[in-house]
Amino acid sequence: MQVNESNIVANEEFRPKIVAFCCNWCSYAGADLAGNNRLAYPADIKIIRVPCSCRVNPMFILRAFQRGADGVILCGCHPGDCHYTSGNYYTRRRMAMLFSMLNYLGIEKERTRVEWVSAAEGAKFAATMQDFAEKVKALGPNKRLEDLRCKQ
Amino acid sequence: MQTVTRETLLDKASALLASGEVSRVLGWKKGEFAYDVTPAVFESAEEMEKDFVYDIFSGANFSKYLIKETAKEGKVLVFLKPCDSYSFNQLLTEHRFDREKVYAIGIPCDGMMDASTVKALAPEGLVSAERDGDNLVIHTLYDGDKILPYADNLPDRCRHCKSKKVVAYDEMLGENGDVVDSHRFDEVAELEAMSEDARFAFWQNELSRCIRCNACRDVCPACTCEKCVFDNPKSGVENKAISDSYEEKMFHIIRAFHVAGRCTDCGECSRVCPQNIPLHLLNRKFIYDIDRNYGDYMAGAEEGSRAPLVNYKTEDPEAADVLERGDK
Repeated sequence: MQVNESNIVANEEFRPKIVAFCCNWCSYAGADLAGNNRLAYPADIKIIRVPCSCRVNPMFILRAFQRGADGVILCGCHPGDCHYTSGNYYTRRRMAMLFSMLNYLGIEKERTRVEWVSAAEGAKFAATMQDFAEKVKALGPNKRLEDLRCKQ
Repeated sequence: MQTVTRETLLDKASALLASGEVSRVLGWKKGEFAYDVTPAVFESAEEMEKDFVYDIFSGANFSKYLIKETAKEGKVLVFLKPCDSYSFNQLLTEHRFDREKVYAIGIPCDGMMDASTVKALAPEGLVSAERDGDNLVIHTLYDGDKILPYADNLPDRCRHCKSKKVVAYDEMLGENGDVVDSHRFDEVAELEAMSEDARFAFWQNELSRCIRCNACRDVCPACTCEKCVFDNPKSGVENKAISDSYEEKMFHIIRAFHVAGRCTDCGECSRVCPQNIPLHLLNRKFIYDIDRNYGDYMAGAEEGSRAPLVNYKTEDPEAADVLERGDK
């Protein structure tokens, strides 16, 4: 039996899967503040708490995409405000290089983002997530990071 | 013209072996065919006399072999071409071998051929190839000799040579060159100027040929971990047969990222790739990005320099700004 794909698309709205890595000290607290203030952001965002944005191995990002994420956003303390002094400076270089490489391989640059959110910026957190989710949703499902073989 | 000949190297090595200064020599050895010259360790002048070759196919970079060779007794003699010497310095920076146990002879180089390049020029009946002045002479079984300009037919890594300067040596044979103004980022810039879809199509075409032989990793002088992530059964990318979607790209992104900031752009990965995937374009993308965003950096140019990805400046550009640059 053949499944008519267009029907499925028509019936079900596409909901992106988005992974947000948030540093424990700033961005996670920022997300908390957003919640306390009853600021809404899309439920498509799945937050993973990390001790520091520098904890995020590029492999985590790749793995998220491999396991079906449509977008990955990394949030940390503002440069200069890192709880561990300099972690986010390393993150900045590392992620700039990784995301640039992903884009070089043809992956839309809107699917990846680095954003600095402090513990006081609940509103910024909600707005950033809203914006990011919209952009990823507009791009549609992430098919680009799938198997390369047996496809034209 | 190669200014240093096989005989020069042979005399030098024999003298050093005879005096007991070195106990082993890392050199090129003839393979089954004239064009598959392979790296080898020689222990005596007789062995070298018999098998040692130095010709247009002597392109292999020996720096990585030093890690294992210096772990043994005695000193090792190694021949370093300019690009090998950058890898040599980079490995020293990372404390991967004992400098005291190496006698390095710098040799000038003006481009080496490799088997796949010559095979592409003469697909049928290739016997051997040699250099005659400014020309490349390819001997074939059926069509006689093919004569082509040497410099124009070099493999990519040599056509866009970044430096003719041997940066580390104990003794220099011939004349040392200078860092040259290469156009090695031209291809990267071309790709960057394409649309995302076109780039994706390009890489899909290239990377889908990958057979996961791991040759690029094995030959890379920057990939020297004793336990490699790709050998870890839990890594999700260790299988030779694909078990999961997205593995190829994952493998290549990880490989390139692991050497980002440490890659000396010696081009060995592309040389050994049996599927002719232009892997240097991935490495050069990182080098290009690093140069543009964090200041010019050449891994291995000087011993002890700090790699850009383990360093930072407070005024570094944001990831978003870096991304804008790479796209049209």
